[in-house]
Amino acid sequence: MTTFTLQVNGRPQKAEVAEDTPLLWVLRDHLDLVGTKFGCGMGLCGACTVHLDGKAVRSCMLPISAVGDQKVTTIEGLADGAKLTKVQQTWCDLDVAQCGYCQAGQIMSATALLAENGQPSDEEIDSAMSGNLCRCATYTRIRQAIHTAASK
Amino acid sequence: MNTSLNRRGFLRISSLVGGGFMLGSWNAEAADEAVNFSPNAYIRITPGGQVTLFSKTPEIGQGIKTSLPMMVAEELEVPWESVTVEQGRVDAAAYGNQMAGGSRSTPSSYDMLRRMGATARTILVEAAAKQWGVSPDECEAIAGEVVHKPSGRKLSYGSLASAAAKLPVPDEKSVTLKKVEDFKLLGQRIGGVDNPQIVTGKPLFGIDQTHPGMKYATYVRCPVFAGKIGDVDLAAVKESPGVVDAFAIEGTGDHYGLLPGVAIIANDTWSAFKAKDALKVKWEADGGESFAAHAEKAAKILKGSAASEIRKNGTPDFPADGATVEATYHYPHLSHATLEPQNCTAVFKDGALEMWAPTQNPGSAIQAIASSLKIPREKVTLHLTRIGGGFGRRLMSDFAVECAVIARRLEGTPVKVTWTRDQDLGHDYYRAGGWHHFRGRVDQSGNLAAWGDHFVTFGLNSDERSGNGADLSGDEFPSRFVPNLLLERTIIPSNTPLGWWRAPGSCALAWAIQCFIDEMAYAAKKDPLEFRLALLGDDREVPPSGGRGPAYSATRMKGVLRLAAEKAGWEEKLEEGRGRGIAFHFSHLGYVAVVADVTVGKDGKLKVNKLTAGVDVGPIMNLSGAENQVEGSMLDGLSAAWFQEITVEEGAVKQTNFHEYPLLTIKDAPQVAVHFERSDFPPTGLGEPALPPTAPAIFNAIFAATGKRVRSMPLAKEDLRWS
Repeated sequence: MTTFTLQVNGRPQKAEVAEDTPLLWVLRDHLDLVGTKFGCGMGLCGACTVHLDGKAVRSCMLPISAVGDQKVTTIEGLADGAKLTKVQQTWCDLDVAQCGYCQAGQIMSATALLAENGQPSDEEIDSAMSGNLCRCATYTRIRQAIHTAASK
Repeated sequence: MNTSLNRRGFLRISSLVGGGFMLGSWNAEAADEAVNFSPNAYIRITPGGQVTLFSKTPEIGQGIKTSLPMMVAEELEVPWESVTVEQGRVDAAAYGNQMAGGSRSTPSSYDMLRRMGATARTILVEAAAKQWGVSPDECEAIAGEVVHKPSGRKLSYGSLASAAAKLPVPDEKSVTLKKVEDFKLLGQRIGGVDNPQIVTGKPLFGIDQTHPGMKYATYVRCPVFAGKIGDVDLAAVKESPGVVDAFAIEGTGDHYGLLPGVAIIANDTWSAFKAKDALKVKWEADGGESFAAHAEKAAKILKGSAASEIRKNGTPDFPADGATVEATYHYPHLSHATLEPQNCTAVFKDGALEMWAPTQNPGSAIQAIASSLKIPREKVTLHLTRIGGGFGRRLMSDFAVECAVIARRLEGTPVKVTWTRDQDLGHDYYRAGGWHHFRGRVDQSGNLAAWGDHFVTFGLNSDERSGNGADLSGDEFPSRFVPNLLLERTIIPSNTPLGWWRAPGSCALAWAIQCFIDEMAYAAKKDPLEFRLALLGDDREVPPSGGRGPAYSATRMKGVLRLAAEKAGWEEKLEEGRGRGIAFHFSHLGYVAVVADVTVGKDGKLKVNKLTAGVDVGPIMNLSGAENQVEGSMLDGLSAAWFQEITVEEGAVKQTNFHEYPLLTIKDAPQVAVHFERSDFPPTGLGEPALPPTAPAIFNAIFAATGKRVRSMPLAKEDLRWS
C-alpha cells in the first residue's frame, strides 16, 4: 500500500491504497465521493466519468499512480455551494434523469464538451457523448439539455 | 386500508420515518406527538408548516417517488414546491405490498392515495372551523391554508397541525375527492424529486451506502448455472493485498436460492475484485447447457406437432394450397443489464439483520432473508435505496440473500457486496428466448380468417411448465379477434434461470405477433394500418375468455393506432430506402401503438429516424415522467431488438461486458414523439406497455423500406442490404 495525495475538487486528499487501484475506487471507497459510479470496470459505459485537468476521463481504468498532480474534478465538485452549474440546472429543468445512475457521468461528459465547444451540433454531441451509456435511454433529453445549456 | 391502525400508531411511525434509520428515533416521540399532524403513513405536517409526503414504492427510474406523492398532494391541496418527499420505510402493516413491478403502482394507488390526501385535508378544514367556531362548509382548503370564505380569514396547515392531530380520523371512504377538472397538480409536468441530489452526486443508490467500519466484498459464484464448489484453496486469496477474510458458502444449489460461492472481504472494492484472480476453486457443474443446441432442437420441433394446445377456436385449417402464409420468428435470451450492478449492504448484530438494498421487492427479500438465516422476519430491517435501474431484475432477492449470509459471517461488521459486470450478466434471471411458427390465412375480403402459432419456449428443467415470463396466454392477441385460431406450445427443458424482464412475455410476443400480422396485411394487399383497424373490428370491449384477465377495448386500441398514425404522417409518400411500420400492443392495462420511421441504406446500414407513440393509459399523473417512460420504453425496445443477445454455451453465459452485450448509444437514438389519449378510464402504469409494440414497428418499417422481412433478432446480426 502506498500513500497518494490527490487534488480532488480543489482540495488535497490523501489515500493509502495499492498503486494499481483505479481512481474510481479511491474516490468511492476511500474519499467518500460516491457520486462517481461503477458500471463496467472497462471504460465501456462512462458512468465513472470525471475530469482530469478539465478533460473527461474514465476513472475505472485510470490507476491512481497515473493521476499525479493533475486536478481531479468529480460530480460533487461542479456546483458552487448550493449554486448548480448551468448543465446541472438544465438537467433538473428538463427532468432528464430516469433512474439517474448514469447521469453523473453524462453531466461530466457534457460539461467537458461545452467547455471546449460552446455551441455543439447534434453530431458533435453524439460524438462526445457516445461513450456514456444510459440504460433507461434518456438520450433525447440529454441531447436537448446540452443544446439548452449551450444557449444559456 | 389504514383504518386498522390508530392515529397514535401513525404518529409514532411518522417520527420513525423522518429519522431515516430506525435507531434512536423513538426518543423523538414525546416531543413530536403533541404537534405533528400525521393522519396516515403518507403524510406528516409539522407545526412549522413543513409538509413531508412518503412514497411507499421502490424508485427504479419509473418516476414513482414523484408521481405517487403528487396524488396525495393534489388532494391534500398543498403547493408542490412546499412539499418534501421521502422514501417510506418498508412496513407491510402501514403500506401493504411495496413491490415495484407489473406497472401496477399507479392503478393500485391512485384512489387510495387521493383518499389519504383528502382525509388529511378534511381534518385540517375541521380543525380550522373549530378554531373559528364556524361550519366546515364555510371553509375551503387552498394551497396549504384553510380559508373561511365569508370572512376571508386564513389559517396555515402548520398552525393547524397540533389541533388537527387531536381530531379523529374519518373513514377514508367518507371523504370527498376533488373533481378531476379541478386538479392543479396531476397532469402537470413535474421534475423528479431526487433530481437535485442526482445532478450533484449525492449518495442515493444502493451502491452508495457506507457505514463506519464497513468492509467491501465480492462473491464469486460458479460460472455454470447450478454448479457447486468442489474444492477450494483460499490461502492465496487471504494473502492478497487489502483482503481481510475469505470463505466459501455452500449455498442451496437451486436457481432461486443462495448460489454457492466464495466471499472475499477486503478494505476496498478493488482489493476484493483483484483477489478473485488468486482464487483456486474447482467447481462441480454440469456444463451441458447450450443455446445453440436448444435452437437446433427448436428448428426440428417447430413445424411438427406441438406438445400441447393452448387454445383452439373455430376450425383453424392451414392447407398447402398456396394461400396459407407461414413464417418462423426467433428472439434470443436477454439480460436486464441494469447500469447499477447488483449490490447490497448489511450488518448482522445480536441475531438481527439491518440491510440497505436496491430491491424492487422488499417484502419478498425480507422473507427470503429470514428463511435463509433462519431468523424471524421481525429481525430483518430493510431500508430501500434509490435503484439504478430495475427492469424486473431486482424483483429477485438473490443479491440480498447472499449479502445477508455474508454479513452474518462478519457479525457486527457492515459489509457491502458489489457485483462485477461479468457477474451481473452471468448470473441474471434472463428474458427467455423463443420461437414462433406462424400460419395464417386471409379471406376473400382481405380479413384475417385463420391464425396458427406453434410457440416453442423454455421451462426451467421442465417440459411441462414454462419458465418465468416465458408463457403465451390463450388470450394473447389476435385471440378473441380471429374466428379460427390454434395456439400451441412446446416447452424445451433448460437449465438457464428465467425471469421477468420489462413487460414480461409481451416484450417478445408482441414483436413476433405484430410482425406476422404485418405479413398477413401484405398477403391481404391491404394497408397495414387499415388491416389492423379492421382486425380490431367494431368499437367494443371484448371480455377475457374464461373470465380471467382484463377485457380488451377495441375502441381504445383503434384510438391509439389512429393517433400514432396521424401524428407520424402515416399517409405520406417516402423516398426509396425509407419506410414506416406500425404495431400495437395491449399490456399492463395500457394501450399503445407505435409508428417507426427508418431508413436503410443499400449497404444495409440502418438508421431509425423517429418513433411515434400513441398511448392510452387514462389520465396522466406527471406529464414529464409519463413522457420519460414512453420515450425510454421505446428506446429500450429498440436497443434490445438491435443489439442484444445472451448466449449460453457449456453451461455458462458468454457475454461478459458491454462490448459483448451492447446498449443503444446516443448516436443511434432516434427522435421520439409521445402522444397521449387522455381518456377518463382509471389511470394505469407506464413503466412497461410502450416497450412491446416498438420492435415490431421497427421491423415492419424495415420491410416497408427494403422489402426484406427480418424474422430474427438482434438486428445487428441480420443482413439488411437490398437492391
